[in-house]
Amino acid sequence: MRFYEYESKALFARHGLPLGKRALARTADDARRAAAEIGGPVVLKSQVLSGGRMKAGAVKFADDPAQAAAHFDAILPIVVNGQKSCGVLVEEKSPIAQEYYVGVTWDGRRKLPVVIFSDMGGIDIEEVAEKHPDHVSKTHVSTLLPFTPRVAKEAIAATGVTGNDLTRLTPIVAKLVEIFFQYDLTLAEINPLAKLADGRFIVLDGHVDLEGDAREKHKKLLDELGIKPEETRQARPPTDFEIRGAQVDASDHRGVAGNVVEFDGNLGLVIGAGGGSLTLFDAVRKHGGRPANYCEIGGNPSVKKACALTKLVLSKPGVEKIAVMMNVVSNTRVDIVARGVVKGCVESGRDPAKTIAIFRIPGSWEADGFKILEKYGVEFCDRSVSMYEAAGRAVAKMGK
Amino acid sequence: MAGMFIDVKVDPKVAGDAALAKKLVEVCPVNIFAIDGTKLRIVEENLDECVLCDLCVQAAPPGTVQVIKLYES
Repeated sequence: MRFYEYESKALFARHGLPLGKRALARTADDARRAAAEIGGPVVLKSQVLSGGRMKAGAVKFADDPAQAAAHFDAILPIVVNGQKSCGVLVEEKSPIAQEYYVGVTWDGRRKLPVVIFSDMGGIDIEEVAEKHPDHVSKTHVSTLLPFTPRVAKEAIAATGVTGNDLTRLTPIVAKLVEIFFQYDLTLAEINPLAKLADGRFIVLDGHVDLEGDAREKHKKLLDELGIKPEETRQARPPTDFEIRGAQVDASDHRGVAGNVVEFDGNLGLVIGAGGGSLTLFDAVRKHGGRPANYCEIGGNPSVKKACALTKLVLSKPGVEKIAVMMNVVSNTRVDIVARGVVKGCVESGRDPAKTIAIFRIPGSWEADGFKILEKYGVEFCDRSVSMYEAAGRAVAKMGK
Repeated sequence: MAGMFIDVKVDPKVAGDAALAKKLVEVCPVNIFAIDGTKLRIVEENLDECVLCDLCVQAAPPGTVQVIKLYES
């Protein structure tokens, strides 16, 4: 889940990262007051869960409180990449000498956190990595050994930063890594991290993403920041279909059958298993299929839950068939999922044999599961058929 | 609504045994059994949730509780 910039900065401030004077404005009067209290020129930034604010005109500079109030009125209604503003951050304008980038995230391939640092901040880091790879360093952080600032120093020095700048930047980068670990973040980013004319460093813009499953663990922090439990904080507001998916998952404590994301295809997916959902979704796309949804099943959901998820997916307009696919399961039972999806088809008024394009869930209790599928004429396969191949079989059936 | 995949049959002779009924309610992890007064009742809407653990079969006198896989018939 994403934090707004003002929330990210509130978190950074708790840990002593250097920040400018700032205040969140909800009204033009707030903006006027904040600008007066800060004194001097200010920058006004729309608070949206998206990048591209500058390009959208949602960032403006003001020289005095009256101008700040006027800019507030101009900025607030701007929708940036489909995101409405929740307020405007009024912050002191800083005299910048150079901009840096620092981010901490997970490297999925190495299965380790990685510190990304660049001496070319303020712009899209992917663009810098592509055009100026020598200005970007990637330094992995052990999850077993205690973290030390030496790692941060290495990350910075790898881009050629030396002397006073290296000394001043190291504690900032180290602190960001500590925040990343402490709050179970999936991303902690400062861009730009600015060097001011007087040699000090300051966080100009920051962004953090909290692991969704860690919300309960960090409830106190979220409460203190005013983030309500019902705020999903995804890249876009949830659709009705996605809300109903969450309700299906919440309806029963047994297993997972949720995390539904809506797409506009015709092949419904009932997929899961330890990363299997992502793999299978990609496999369907690779075969030219058009998924109607993403979802995750696992942890041995009840028959009712698997049934409800199936019914939900089948209720989506345009869904012709569903593909039921998982990696090899151990704690999830094949027969329970088979019962759920077959029942879901029947209760939706559909013939399971014609509706389930493929059932590829091998593993625990598969013999019983396959008997159920056989009885209802559903095509199924065991572990001798790869997930990729199963996805291909499902896609091949579409439109037939 | 009867189960699509599972049926459970209890011998009428033991269904009225209050002590046995209580035991069946206790052992079933998916609430297939309930007690109405002193009489055992099958909760039909939960039949398909049966995990085939056989605890009910073991809790009752031999042959008095049967769990039937309808997909094998």
